[in-house]
Amino acid sequence: MHELSLCGAIYEIVDRAAAGRPVTVIHLQVGRLRQVVPDTLRFCWTLVSDQTDLAGTELEVDSVPVALRCLDCDVDSTVADELLLLCDRCGGNHVSVTSGEEFMLTSLELAEG
Amino acid sequence: MGRFHRHIDGTGHQHNLEHDHDHATVHGDLSGYRTGPERVLVLERIFSENDRCAAANRATLDAAGVVAVNVMSSPGAGKTEILRHTLMNLSGPARIGIVEGDIETSIDADRLSGFGAQIALLNTGSGFGGECHLDAPMVASALPRLDLTSLDLLFIENVGNLVCPAEFDVGAHHRVMVYAITEGEEKPLKYPVMFRAVELVLVNKLDLLPHLDFDLPLFRRNLASVNPSATVLEVSARTASGLGPWFDWLAGLR
Repeated sequence: MHELSLCGAIYEIVDRAAAGRPVTVIHLQVGRLRQVVPDTLRFCWTLVSDQTDLAGTELEVDSVPVALRCLDCDVDSTVADELLLLCDRCGGNHVSVTSGEEFMLTSLELAEG
Repeated sequence: MGRFHRHIDGTGHQHNLEHDHDHATVHGDLSGYRTGPERVLVLERIFSENDRCAAANRATLDAAGVVAVNVMSSPGAGKTEILRHTLMNLSGPARIGIVEGDIETSIDADRLSGFGAQIALLNTGSGFGGECHLDAPMVASALPRLDLTSLDLLFIENVGNLVCPAEFDVGAHHRVMVYAITEGEEKPLKYPVMFRAVELVLVNKLDLLPHLDFDLPLFRRNLASVNPSATVLEVSARTASGLGPWFDWLAGLR
């Protein structure tokens, strides 16, 4: 996959938001429907941040489960198997995804002192 | 809103803009006074830069009256051949441009030349072994190379890949997929993100059906389970059969 170029995008956002302050941990929200592998992302981050101001910072990934709203029976479902997006109640596939597609940098932790 | 801090002498107060004593030496230096790591709220989508660029691409296309279609598929499913037939048949009534994306070579761009269409080639092969998809900034770099005011329809032929292209809005108005029956029936279940991302699937290489055990109704069911609203057209680019409805669909976009 392209976790390496995603880390490039993450770097730009962190660099801007940190505004010169020392960062320790970068918190990300990754929905389970995104085709991103957290371990690969963390590995690529070490490559991208190496020998920069962000070297040694950690990516902390919060994995968001997939939730659906059924457009037929109006019921909210959570999804165990991300391959099958079906309503819990009626088993129908006329659904809209209400969570699980996030790919966001939520916050940064700054070094103490 | 106040912000609590303590002074060197241990007294503390809510910090307001107006206060009546001197903070000169302590103010701004909170070292040793923090109770935990300071968090900076960012809440920015990682794709936000790409998506800003995609919206700008769409605005540029709208201003020139051009409808753009992002064409995706596995490598070898038949995107270029279908586009070749499209150019052959529609280059009269419609003024067509192509943004051609490939990791290496101009082979596809060359195959599409000779029909009078403007073609802008994007080779993604620089850097870490080549980008496996097109993104909005890449397409933005190609648009100025086309005379958009003289186009009605723009095809963006993406890199052959069923995974990454689905993640990137390139600024097109529509997204379609070419799928070859040689790929089997199960791919919609294995690559749900891609199949959910498109409005139309061109099921290609139908001329090979007698030589395969391909179960077309099963494929349609699998596709419907991940994308119930996708339009499905059965075609053979090689024999040029079934392409009429595809041309009609394109004509309906404008």
